[in-house]
Amino acid sequence: MPLLQILGTGCPKCKKLAENTEAAAKALGLDYQLEKVTDIRQIMAFGVMVTPALVVDGQVKVAGKVPSVEDLKAMLK
Amino acid sequence: MAEKDSCACGAAPKLIFACSGAADVGAIADQAARKLTRDGAGKMYCMTGIGGRVSGIMKTTEAAAGILAIDGCSLDCAKHCLEEAGFKDFEHMRVTDLGLGKGTSPVTEESIAKVAAKGAAVLAAIC
Repeated sequence: MPLLQILGTGCPKCKKLAENTEAAAKALGLDYQLEKVTDIRQIMAFGVMVTPALVVDGQVKVAGKVPSVEDLKAMLK
Repeated sequence: MAEKDSCACGAAPKLIFACSGAADVGAIADQAARKLTRDGAGKMYCMTGIGGRVSGIMKTTEAAAGILAIDGCSLDCAKHCLEEAGFKDFEHMRVTDLGLGKGTSPVTEESIAKVAAKGAAVLAAIC
């Protein structure tokens, strides 16, 4: 089960990234676990300095922008 | 299409990469990058994270508002490292181009300030 982590302190774009990521995962039929990481120290531990960001099984896939659902589907495959 | 804006909770910074090489000019490049960070001109970031293709470092760099590479000498290791990782759109400067010779330039506050002043000007010009 892939672990999808949304890095961000909770602004609208972070929420939008979470929504789009869930939509992409569901469209792919993935059995996934979604986790929101809001603690800045935990965020920085990924080497990320700009949010929102998406981490899939420990790999940062995107930072600083909100990709479309289609783009996210490609990242989750 | 993906949104291009950075998130309001963490706006994309201008990133500074120094070669941080073993020579005196590499040390000056490193210290100048740290001074630029302290002065708020940009944020020094991990050059070796680019070399190691660390995902968080790579994706943050892709989202940067601008990138400045500071090399100590004409070997241009920082520049080559960024290019090998796929980054083409960045500013570049060399410590030795500022009259500081490799092997003959002690790491002093004066030399660090000289390089940082040039770096600040380059960073300020990045829109």
